[in-house]
Amino acid sequence: MNGLLEAYAEVAGRQVISQLRQLAEHLKGMKVVHVNSTRVGGGVAEILEKLIPLSNELGLETSWEVITGEDDFYQCTKAMHNALQGHPEPIDQRLLDAYEQTNRDNADKMRPKLEEADFVFIHDPQPAPLFSLCPERRGTWIWRCHIDASRPFHPVWRYLRRFVSDYNASIFSLPDFAQDLPHPQYIIPPSIDPLSDKNIDLPEEEIDQAREKFGIDPQRPLLLQVSRFDRFKDPVGVIKAYRLSRKFNPDLQLVLAGGTATDDPEGEQVLNEVKTAAGDDPDIKVLLLPPDAHRTINALQRSAHIIIQKSIKEGFGLTATEGLWKGKPIIGGDTGGIRLQVINYHTGFLVNTPEGAALRIRYLLHKRDQLEEMGAKARKFVLENFLLTRHLREYLTLMVGLLHKADYRIELG
Amino acid sequence: MSSGNSFNDHPFSIKDCALIAVATGRRAYTLTELRNHIRDVRIDSIYHHFWGGLLGVGFEELEFNNDFANWCRKHLGEPALAEQLSVIDPVEYTDLEGLRGKLLDIIDERLDSNDISHFLRSSRAFEFTRSLLVIFDTGRRMNLPEDLPRVLPDLSTGSVFYHFIDARRRLEDGSDDFRFWLSSWGEDYSGLRRRLAGIDPFFSSLSQVRDELTMVCSEFLTREVG
Repeated sequence: MNGLLEAYAEVAGRQVISQLRQLAEHLKGMKVVHVNSTRVGGGVAEILEKLIPLSNELGLETSWEVITGEDDFYQCTKAMHNALQGHPEPIDQRLLDAYEQTNRDNADKMRPKLEEADFVFIHDPQPAPLFSLCPERRGTWIWRCHIDASRPFHPVWRYLRRFVSDYNASIFSLPDFAQDLPHPQYIIPPSIDPLSDKNIDLPEEEIDQAREKFGIDPQRPLLLQVSRFDRFKDPVGVIKAYRLSRKFNPDLQLVLAGGTATDDPEGEQVLNEVKTAAGDDPDIKVLLLPPDAHRTINALQRSAHIIIQKSIKEGFGLTATEGLWKGKPIIGGDTGGIRLQVINYHTGFLVNTPEGAALRIRYLLHKRDQLEEMGAKARKFVLENFLLTRHLREYLTLMVGLLHKADYRIELG
Repeated sequence: MSSGNSFNDHPFSIKDCALIAVATGRRAYTLTELRNHIRDVRIDSIYHHFWGGLLGVGFEELEFNNDFANWCRKHLGEPALAEQLSVIDPVEYTDLEGLRGKLLDIIDERLDSNDISHFLRSSRAFEFTRSLLVIFDTGRRMNLPEDLPRVLPDLSTGSVFYHFIDARRRLEDGSDDFRFWLSSWGEDYSGLRRRLAGIDPFFSSLSQVRDELTMVCSEFLTREVG
């Protein structure tokens, strides 16, 4: 077995790898291209970072292209992202023009590769127009939407729909995100990579060092939310929940750790709002971490007693998955993919308000046995459902199905 | 154990499968909407909501054995209806249309007997999905029933699903591929077939089902052969 596959077999089990090999046998030598808008930061880039080499080890010729643009382009795609999540704000024509022009410029560079590929996966709205800009395409094109588009702002969705409706298929993370589109819409939840720096087991000394570096007292309970500084993640609501719970747990500490992504121009503004809300409380740490601080995030997650992901809107919530993988219960917003991961009284609690989050924090800190039990269950749940190997298996299944034009079931020889 | 059919020339061919969920675009917020979509949705969606969850992403400790019952209990606030829906045994229906008819009968009866059921509305939709199942041959074969304890622990969850779950709707008697194969080896294995029939796959993960299959086969074959 090759090195990477062997390493995954150690974590996910040999049967899982054997299954990937057998599915990949039917796709050997095929050219597959993934296109997204950032190579670092955010869940999509993290998934692709390992999905690509793993696919290659299985015998597919897989590559990863990144669309690049100027500030107007990123402002437009950020507004699109917000609009798909339901934020009712129209986008200036100037920004839409930049969006289309950026796609034309990128298509000029990528066209030969995209047109000769057997499968092209276009991730999210940023590169969506590439389909119509590659008229000589020979392969199957799939639009992969990672965003919670269950209740989009319709003028923006209608604009985007023009670009994605002609694709051969689309993929959404949950059934409720699926839209009215004239092609099959597959449901594939994303995944985490158990071997990445963010998820791999760490030596205890490294965890201690991280605690020391950020002034976290290991003897006192720690709440942690890891997410971009984005209003949809409700970091200010997390601070409110912490303050409500502190009345009953005066030793409580809170860390809000946020990364930034190159395609998110709003981050700084939200970060300032969070710092204002935190005030001069020495037990609240607001950490702005660089995009490659994976081991630091890993150490913080392992240091936490409870992980919060109090999103108001969420595509899937991979930071919640990461927390579960570290054996921590999650208190998560009752939205998007968090609903698929957080099962009340089993892997954590779903909440709708800072008050709800405060109640569950009190509950878990009061019932430490249950906190431990839920943590163990959480890790097993991720092992069986949300590792990269399951994600790749579903991509391979999708490709085999599309290749054979299978609609319901197909039996391969 | 001696077999009356030691020259059985039908080795057990181990298949594997992978499932992917597909959205149908149908959503129900009320019981009447649920009923109407059950009436009209593609039949493979009915299959998916009874069986597909076992192979797809999901939490193993479900309260009920099908998605319709779970939704009625958790989101619609219809616990009595959920209980009635949960006793449907899909194995009894070799024809999925019969299963669809049974669901409709139970829901219609609820709507006829309880006016309030017409007005309940869930904040979370029932999302009708279906599945695409890709089945492939692993190339592995079992020649004798005595191979079972050695082979079963290494089966993928996809193989367990295909041979132990999916088989129930492929085979006329609603059994599974293991019992079907064992029946060709004569009465010597009837005890094992009975024990395999006692494994309830609905409330366990597929890996737990695999462990149970292994345990049952190992115990039976060790005792009988030894």
